[in-house]
Amino acid sequence: MHMADALISPAVGGTMWVASAGLAAYSAHRLKKEMNDTKAPLMGVVGAFVFAAQMINFTIPGTGSSGHLGGGMILAILLGPYAAFLTMFSILAVQALFFADGGLLALGCNVFNLGFWPCFVVYPLLFKKMLGDKPSRGRLTFAAILAGVVSLQLGAFGVVLQTLFSGITELPFGTFVLLMQPIHLAIGIVEGAVTAALLAFVWKARPELVMPSVADPAARSASVRPVLVTFAVMALVTGGLFSWFASAHPDGLEWSMGKTSGKEELEAPADGVHEGLAGVQKKTAFMPDYGFKAAEEGPAAQSGEKTAESKDNVEPWPAVSAGTSLAGVVGGAIVLVLAGLIGLGLRFFGRPERVSG
Amino acid sequence: MPRIDTALREIGALDSLAAQDTPVHRLDPRAKLIATMAFVVTAVSFPKREVAELMPLFLFPVALLAVGRVPFGLIGRYLLMASPFAVMVGIFNPLLDREVVAHWGGLAVTGGWLSFLSILLRFALTVGAALTLLACTGYVGVCAGMGRLGAPRALVTQFLLLYRYIFVLADEGARTVRAHALRSDSGRPATVRVWGSMAGHLLLRAHDRGLRVHSAMLARGFDGSIQPLRCLRWAWADTAFLVGSLAFFALVRFGHLSELLGRCALETLH
Repeated sequence: MHMADALISPAVGGTMWVASAGLAAYSAHRLKKEMNDTKAPLMGVVGAFVFAAQMINFTIPGTGSSGHLGGGMILAILLGPYAAFLTMFSILAVQALFFADGGLLALGCNVFNLGFWPCFVVYPLLFKKMLGDKPSRGRLTFAAILAGVVSLQLGAFGVVLQTLFSGITELPFGTFVLLMQPIHLAIGIVEGAVTAALLAFVWKARPELVMPSVADPAARSASVRPVLVTFAVMALVTGGLFSWFASAHPDGLEWSMGKTSGKEELEAPADGVHEGLAGVQKKTAFMPDYGFKAAEEGPAAQSGEKTAESKDNVEPWPAVSAGTSLAGVVGGAIVLVLAGLIGLGLRFFGRPERVSG
Repeated sequence: MPRIDTALREIGALDSLAAQDTPVHRLDPRAKLIATMAFVVTAVSFPKREVAELMPLFLFPVALLAVGRVPFGLIGRYLLMASPFAVMVGIFNPLLDREVVAHWGGLAVTGGWLSFLSILLRFALTVGAALTLLACTGYVGVCAGMGRLGAPRALVTQFLLLYRYIFVLADEGARTVRAHALRSDSGRPATVRVWGSMAGHLLLRAHDRGLRVHSAMLARGFDGSIQPLRCLRWAWADTAFLVGSLAFFALVRFGHLSELLGRCALETLH
């Protein structure tokens, strides 16, 4: 359920990055006092444990398939919300960098979906409340399963919202929700059961590891309210800013360019490469406006003849005119081949400079 | 996600590539980090049906990989292994968006197919850029760059410590799995209960080791954050690289390069 760069828009990715980075900065600030303590090495070790535990597969009861641990809740329980959030951040960053899971821009979304909910919402408001002051093993199991389900449901819903606000996919809201929530209900139950099994063992062997917050009154008094308030304000400001920026025009970047230059359509600057290219194009152009006329007379005409009787061919298409898109396709293909050739050339001659800039 | 043990072996491959000494590797990590982020934002900022104008962007990772002497095949293999989530969500686009936007020869092209193709390209570009950054900079370099760009100390320290421990605990985990496989007759993965005790033992051992390592670190002067081994120095080459990259992205984003080139090519053919 890792969000991918390919599915998000810059506005959504940017908003979620600001939110996640803000939460990380706040968590780091709260941890400053503890970092000199045993917390720092413990965070590294427990984070690495989440990776290592994924190597050990288990049989999902009732089915033949096997699954592995996701980790958000176990981190929050063992480390407390702030350290767990930073640890989850680092785990997801390693996954984004090394395993190509998600992406750099989507990292903000992923940290929020998989880190914020378990660490700052489900753990303090649900898990700790359910355990109460006198935890028992049954309560521990039940709380772990419920926490796993709720945090994954919230995370999956986050994925749905981020995908829809980005508008890259065509999936309607209802279908996507019905697709995501039940799948993650199942995953959440498994995740919760696995977390419960792990906690049950550690609870028996070393209860103080599972219950640092219960044993330690200072940790219990740590309130998450400032986090929630900070986050809400931040989300409102950045979300408002970004959505205003993005929704005023379907293409935010072009809109902002139009705004700053005072023109809807971008005009080439009077000098530089663009002008040069435009000049080349003007000189070589038979027809200034490369519409469907060109598609009729250009190389496309050969293939176009097959469907000459279909009237569609003569009418301009609503979004992209056939000529323009043909030019685009040809140009795109040429660029791709060029990129490959340049790469091979650079490799072959070992030239020490970049060409793309 | 690919199987974790193969993935960990691949981490070693990527990191050894990052230890090379080429013009790309010598660039300041901050320059590469900022350029890569700008690249990703550029790639995802195109309208959702855009295909052709995304192509020029491939120049950036390809040039970096070529000069940085990173095998293209390795990055390609990663892309194939990587998360199928984008593909799974994107595959619905051709079914849902059936508006015909162009006819190529006798072929009616719907908006859905264009946007699906666009998603695949975005995926290749963004994930490829992240892998390129790593192969040309190295994990420690990326962390150092992040730290100098203002990431919280605690977070950078966590990034570095996590990376240190992953290999240690992966070995531990592999031994646990082997021990279980040798002692179980079925060959099936463990049940949830057994898994709990296996993972629990792993956690306890990891925890104790963490405390031991921490004592050792304190004895050597650890003060809560790891100092970067190598000082970062911003050189003229870094400025040139960053400005050049950003200018290239802007040109691709707003210059309609593919279309210009396609027009020229069509004219010449004519």
